Amino acid sequence: MSKEILYEDGIPGGSHWSMLMRKGTELRLVDKQGGANVGMLFYNPSNYLERYNAPDTLKCQHTFKLTRGHCLYSDMGRIFCSIVEDTLGWHDTVGGNTTKQSVKMKWGERNYQDYRNEWYLNGYDSFLVELAKYGMNERDMAANLNLFSKVAVDDEGNMFFDKTNSKEGAAITLRFEMDTQVMLHTCPHPMNPATEYPKLPVVYQISEAECLTENDYCQNLCAENQRGFKNTELYNIGCGC
Amino acid sequence: MIKESKLKPDDAVVRDKVLAGDYYIKVVKQGQTFRILDLEGNQAADTLFYNADNPTERYSAVDTIREQGNVYLTAGTKLISNEGNDMLEIVADTCGRHDTLGGACATESNTVRYALHKKCMHACRDSWMLAVAENEQYGLSKRDITHNINFFMNVPVTKEGGLTFEDGISDAGKYVELKASMDTIVLISNCPQLNNPCNGYNPTPIEVLIWDK
Repeated sequence: MSKEILYEDGIPGGSHWSMLMRKGTELRLVDKQGGANVGMLFYNPSNYLERYNAPDTLKCQHTFKLTRGHCLYSDMGRIFCSIVEDTLGWHDTVGGNTTKQSVKMKWGERNYQDYRNEWYLNGYDSFLVELAKYGMNERDMAANLNLFSKVAVDDEGNMFFDKTNSKEGAAITLRFEMDTQVMLHTCPHPMNPATEYPKLPVVYQISEAECLTENDYCQNLCAENQRGFKNTELYNIGCGC
Repeated sequence: MIKESKLKPDDAVVRDKVLAGDYYIKVVKQGQTFRILDLEGNQAADTLFYNADNPTERYSAVDTIREQGNVYLTAGTKLISNEGNDMLEIVADTCGRHDTLGGACATESNTVRYALHKKCMHACRDSWMLAVAENEQYGLSKRDITHNINFFMNVPVTKEGGLTFEDGISDAGKYVELKASMDTIVLISNCPQLNNPCNGYNPTPIEVLIWDK
């Protein structure tokens, strides 16, 4: 089922970007070398107060991990996008971001003056830069996704980072169910135990999604998702399939 | 971890009862200790914290659980801000475990979780919306309503990556006590949820007690 790719580009490791994804399009992200992390946040471009909500996403689907079939919810009971393809089986949304201090502690400091494009950026500041482009700041920063990263929990609640989660060529595809402002960075996961700052690139591909069918996997994963799609359908009335 | 407090309710400088479905907002000063007391049992207290001098700095669920390496909150947990600072520490806890993954209920998420026709039932986020509207002096708005703590709520995570909502492990008279490391705005929604075992389907009052250092 290979779709026509309308646009393809790469994002280097340790960088950030933002873009508008329209309803009915798909964003496929590919881990180019293995071990990548993509921090991601979603906002409604018509009202930035509506944003990705990790707790609602987890509790509505009774899940701690995110994989194919799961929908990524806004705080308004709607679905920004659904995970329609996933070769990994686990993506994190509770690990948060690296900061200037945590990068310095883990991997040392690389400033722009001495290192130019090889400097070390952190996830928190990366989101600040992208948010500021749209008039937002740290007050608007919600708990983010960390695609390609796995944080598991044992019976006592202790958290573990699985550094073998993402291999070269691993991919996830997000199908957008409403217009969505996407903020992303490729800075390392804050729990990554690597001894060197992992500066790992991803490729992104945009294509057109097929119209929803009655037996859509994400929509029918659970009764909650059926209702989430219903809410999103109401929001999109008059926007076509 | 169960840890009892030595503080006596008679010595408290504040004793406020928060009725089921109401909000509570107050500044707790650095060094003060405050307790949330589950009066009748099985009640969820959805709580947010802000630096009173600069509310842009606020409780961060993800930073708190990552820094302690554990998803549950209990005695000994340091609540970390989005700027990486200690805000409060849980100094006593007779419940043993509190949730910070499940977030608060909202009318919109209620439609997804329970039924579309339940959209107009009272929810924590509505309490917070009223709280920020009625208390403009704090400078808070919907932007600031982030991921909260659910005191007294039990949301176990499984090894396989599942998330379950269990009956509360709290009971009448159980409490959690926190000591403030900075002047902190405490914003609580005493959860009005009628569709979830988190309140035993019957929301009840809580009490907030504050002691000077």
